[in-house]
Amino acid sequence: MTVTELVSYEDALATYEPVMGLEVHVELGTKTKMFCGCSTALGAEPNSQTCPTCLGMPGSLPVVNAVGVESAVKIGLALHCEIAEWCRFARKNYFYPDMPKNFQTSQYDEPIAFNGYLDVQLEDGEVFRVEIERAHMEEDTGKSTHVGGATGRIHGASHSLLDYNRAGIPLIEIVTKPIVGAGERAPEVAKAYVAELRELIKALGVSEARMEMGQMRCDVNLSLRPKGAEKFGTRSETKNVNSLRSVERAARFEIQRHAAVLGAGGTILQETRHFHEEDGSTTSGRIKEEAEDYRYFPEPDLVPVAPSREWVEELRAGLPELPRVRRNRLREEWGISEHEMQSVLNAGVIDLITATIEAGADAASARKWWMGELARRANEEGIDPTALPITPAQVARVAALVAEGALNDKLARQVIEGVLAGEGDPDAVVDKRGLKVVSDEGALGTAVDEAIAGNPAIADKIRGGKVAAAGALVGAVMKATRGQADAARVRELILERLGVTE
Amino acid sequence: MPGITREEVAHLARLSRLELKDEELDHFAEQLDVIIGAVARVSDVASEDVPPTSHPLPLTNVMRPDEVRPSLTPQEALSGAPAQEQQRFKVPQILGEE
Repeated sequence: MTVTELVSYEDALATYEPVMGLEVHVELGTKTKMFCGCSTALGAEPNSQTCPTCLGMPGSLPVVNAVGVESAVKIGLALHCEIAEWCRFARKNYFYPDMPKNFQTSQYDEPIAFNGYLDVQLEDGEVFRVEIERAHMEEDTGKSTHVGGATGRIHGASHSLLDYNRAGIPLIEIVTKPIVGAGERAPEVAKAYVAELRELIKALGVSEARMEMGQMRCDVNLSLRPKGAEKFGTRSETKNVNSLRSVERAARFEIQRHAAVLGAGGTILQETRHFHEEDGSTTSGRIKEEAEDYRYFPEPDLVPVAPSREWVEELRAGLPELPRVRRNRLREEWGISEHEMQSVLNAGVIDLITATIEAGADAASARKWWMGELARRANEEGIDPTALPITPAQVARVAALVAEGALNDKLARQVIEGVLAGEGDPDAVVDKRGLKVVSDEGALGTAVDEAIAGNPAIADKIRGGKVAAAGALVGAVMKATRGQADAARVRELILERLGVTE
Repeated sequence: MPGITREEVAHLARLSRLELKDEELDHFAEQLDVIIGAVARVSDVASEDVPPTSHPLPLTNVMRPDEVRPSLTPQEALSGAPAQEQQRFKVPQILGEE
């Protein structure tokens, strides 16, 4: 593999303007496949979710999944698209074993949704409008395992094994119009677009859109043109970029690579490229033929889809509040900055915080726990915060215990730890671990007296008016009570005992 | 009009992974010939003002509810495969040597 000499990002952008096109595939969360009743459940044993239709057996007939069409219309509407009054499926013919039919049932020149846009917000709050070319319905392919080559790659494999459980799972492919005018922020826009699209898909409830599970996959098409030029340059297509960070890195890498090739007087090949997570680079895949001929033709086994205007309007009326609008509303309700809201979004805890507030917590403490202790734990364990074994109601209960003075922050963290460890509800953890702010004045008084007796020099300083020194004695009492004392009350008692007022 | 040959039927059968007996090859060659002849007549009557038709029935929106139906067992699914391994369809090398 030859090492690509890159041009610095700044130099590339000084000469060229990037033009991007993003293609995102979303696997719908339907119970069954797009054209047959086979289950789409993950983790089933190989080839246990297939039937004559998705195996492409002669004589089998596909029937469209109603929820698949409904989901496609919802996605189209949320992307401000027009919805086709009449459209057909088409066969995309290709010879490759991941599709047992030797064609993928897709849509060609009659997509169900077209001409829309998605406004995306960059980290600093700037809003960028990404125009949508189309969203169409199609089906996923089977899963190949390549045997005999190095590290499971297709190159050098002696043969391949196919599991068709995934073949036929509904996909919606969403294609942007060329994204121009983003300049140096193009990679950021790409990432923000995919992130916003993912939020939108989740809000619509049509898919969990988990990129790490392949439920959402992105192809980044990129070309450069000299600044001021009209004509687009030749593009490369970086396939299957499967995390938000990778989308940004892939776009950035391709800008630098294209600039290097063009700057040296070379030409960019129209080719597919593979992205490498390890170092953020891309390498050449296959050269695309001049006009790749998939011999598209209308699918004769499926009748046209003609969404009635009444149905479309019904679906439009039922759309949820769009994520960006919702985030701006919540940001105002919670009284936080754009930047803080972006952090909450990045941490994936918006819904968790909202649910915690609904369960009775105030916005500040709900955000504090989810963004602090809990985000850290999820991060440590490499899981989504939603997968933590604690509910928003439990977090709200902890916040309530702090608010009423029954717990201080330190104890509250221990309670959360207990809940996460499966010791039960917050109240049960408090009981079992004996985590209560010590408010028994007798016990507290003894601890205070001992702290004073044990630190005579500090006590003298305080008596002499150095009230700030009281902190050291508060610390000693907190240590003696294993953090269970109410620090403010301890301080009062110390000053009282030493005859000082603040 | 050239008819479809026995060899062409054998070729199609192989592409479709259908195992046909000798007498079936003759039988289908004859039948396919008739079908091709019948379909070819469409070209005779189709004029400029007839739009291409992808489906003969005036139907739209034929859909099924999103309800799981029983699948084949893996054994059934694999029963027609020429080769299998690890409960998966085994296919020959996809990419040739580069």
